[in-house]
Amino acid sequence: MARLEEYIPIVGEGVVGDLRALAERLKGKTIQHINSTAVGGGVAEILTRMVPLFQELNVNTRWDVIKGGDKFFEVTKKFHNALHGRSEEITEADFAAFMETSIENMNEMQYFGDIVYVHDPQPIALIQKKSDNKWIWRCHVDVSNPDRTVWEFLYSFIARYDAAVFSSPEFSPKMAVRQFLISPSIDPLSDKNKELPEDVINAVLEKYHIKKKDKSIITQISRFDRLKDPIGVIEAYQEVKKYIDCQLILAGGGATDDPEGLKVYEETREKAVNDKDIHILLMPQNDIEINALQRASTVIIQKSLKEGFGLTVAEALWKGKPVVASAVGGIPLQIKHKYSGLLCHSIEGATFALKQLLSSPAYAKKLGENGREHIKNNFLITRHLKDYMLLFLSLYHKEDVVYL
Amino acid sequence: MEKEIKKATEPFHFYTRLHLSELTGLKASNLPELLGLIKEAGDSAIYHHTHRFLLQHQYLSPEPPNDFAYWVTTALSEDRLGEKLASIDTMKYLTIHDLREKIVATIEAYLKNYPKSAKRLAPEDEVFYLIKCVSFIMPTPYVADDLIEFVEILKKITIDSIYFHMFEARLRLERKSNDFSLWIQDSIGDKDLAAKILKLDPYTYTLEDLRKTIIQMIEKKIG
Repeated sequence: MARLEEYIPIVGEGVVGDLRALAERLKGKTIQHINSTAVGGGVAEILTRMVPLFQELNVNTRWDVIKGGDKFFEVTKKFHNALHGRSEEITEADFAAFMETSIENMNEMQYFGDIVYVHDPQPIALIQKKSDNKWIWRCHVDVSNPDRTVWEFLYSFIARYDAAVFSSPEFSPKMAVRQFLISPSIDPLSDKNKELPEDVINAVLEKYHIKKKDKSIITQISRFDRLKDPIGVIEAYQEVKKYIDCQLILAGGGATDDPEGLKVYEETREKAVNDKDIHILLMPQNDIEINALQRASTVIIQKSLKEGFGLTVAEALWKGKPVVASAVGGIPLQIKHKYSGLLCHSIEGATFALKQLLSSPAYAKKLGENGREHIKNNFLITRHLKDYMLLFLSLYHKEDVVYL
Repeated sequence: MEKEIKKATEPFHFYTRLHLSELTGLKASNLPELLGLIKEAGDSAIYHHTHRFLLQHQYLSPEPPNDFAYWVTTALSEDRLGEKLASIDTMKYLTIHDLREKIVATIEAYLKNYPKSAKRLAPEDEVFYLIKCVSFIMPTPYVADDLIEFVEILKKITIDSIYFHMFEARLRLERKSNDFSLWIQDSIGDKDLAAKILKLDPYTYTLEDLRKTIIQMIEKKIG
């Protein structure tokens, strides 16, 4: 794991100095993060990187994961889809199954945080164990247009938290609980984002039988999830290919809390069956390989239908890649249209943007450069650490101007 | 002969300011709704939407200098009003209350002249969301006893510290002037240099350019 001083060449000494000063003010407090999966997905990835850095800053931080069987995760996946506005049949038995596992977790979990930081809906009911400590609910999903039944069920828990955190103002409901805007981040020193030698990139391409020199590469890195619209990506690619010879990579792993992934992977393979230039890679968690695929790409696409934040966009921009992405969730915070990437709202829009970038490499390069600068200023892990510490401190200060 | 450097009667303590964005759940889809939000919002929200860009866009970027101007231009296509809001001279106002009054008067006058604009709706995915700014002010270890020490510290402190002393102290904390000019005038006794820094319009610089400009002014003075 990287140490704080290794970030100084990237963000400057002052930024790291501010982190140390804030950490001083949290001395004696214990922060307990709770989520539903130790690997796979953005939350686990961020916590894996953040927890050691908090510990280096002497902010006593611990990370616990709730348990749950297939039924529980099937229900929470339904919640996830319903929060994203998809029609889901959720029965009384589903709510009961959710509560049954929640009660088991409630009783098994040890609570010692001065601040308990609960991520996403899966562990949300643990709030019933709140004592005189502070609790934060962190929403990583797009709740701009949620199914009302599920939202109201969850809100009965949210209302008891001291604060809630969202990734985009679009997700912010009108509610009595104090709520903050904190974007997620990427770690420039992680295996997924660090610089890679050319031979490592080439070895990964060779492993997956991809010939870089032949044709331009369009890539979407995502879990196989309908909300990431892999079928739409293939359709956009097929339209582009009528004019520009290119290849498509759809690569991603699965998270332990997503039972639907394999089914979507099969559907995607079926759609691509007659085209040897489409590479569909269901990969185990391998950050170096993902990094290499992103770096080998000509253009990165993220054609999500809904998105909590879309960290893969930040990853691609950090690598200076031109990006075409849907204007959903936190993506417009990362891309200003025609300045640091191209936004789209449809398969046709994605097709047009891909053709533009593949035909105009100088324009594509400029967008990538602007994008990297924007990520450096706003979406690196050091900014995220700072925001979290300010959030923790805000729980003890109600005023708008706080003297520390 | 070396120029004598005057010792300050009071040292300058550098502070820094970090911020967190607090969501309100309030939003606007047209000009009357935006006007209502601006009238009702606390000072922290007006401050957020008129100052956010200074720290988030440190390099050349296509955003005009406040969110209200940006939104009416891009979401409502009211370019004329956007230009008027973008060109409000924030330096003329000593409190956020006064700045808010100016923004309100600008929108009201526009709606009077162009009543049809009240009906124009923003696309669903371009609604305006009201956000508040929570500031956290902390001392840094840096203290200057004279202009030489001051300029050396100025070269290495974060842009957040420069931001705090040049923008936040003047308008949000209502000190009427920026902290650098106040100290140079009161503790160094150099009214000329203090006035020169006060005369800068910091809203037209990036923070790094502002740092460079102030450093050059002081270095020219101390020789």
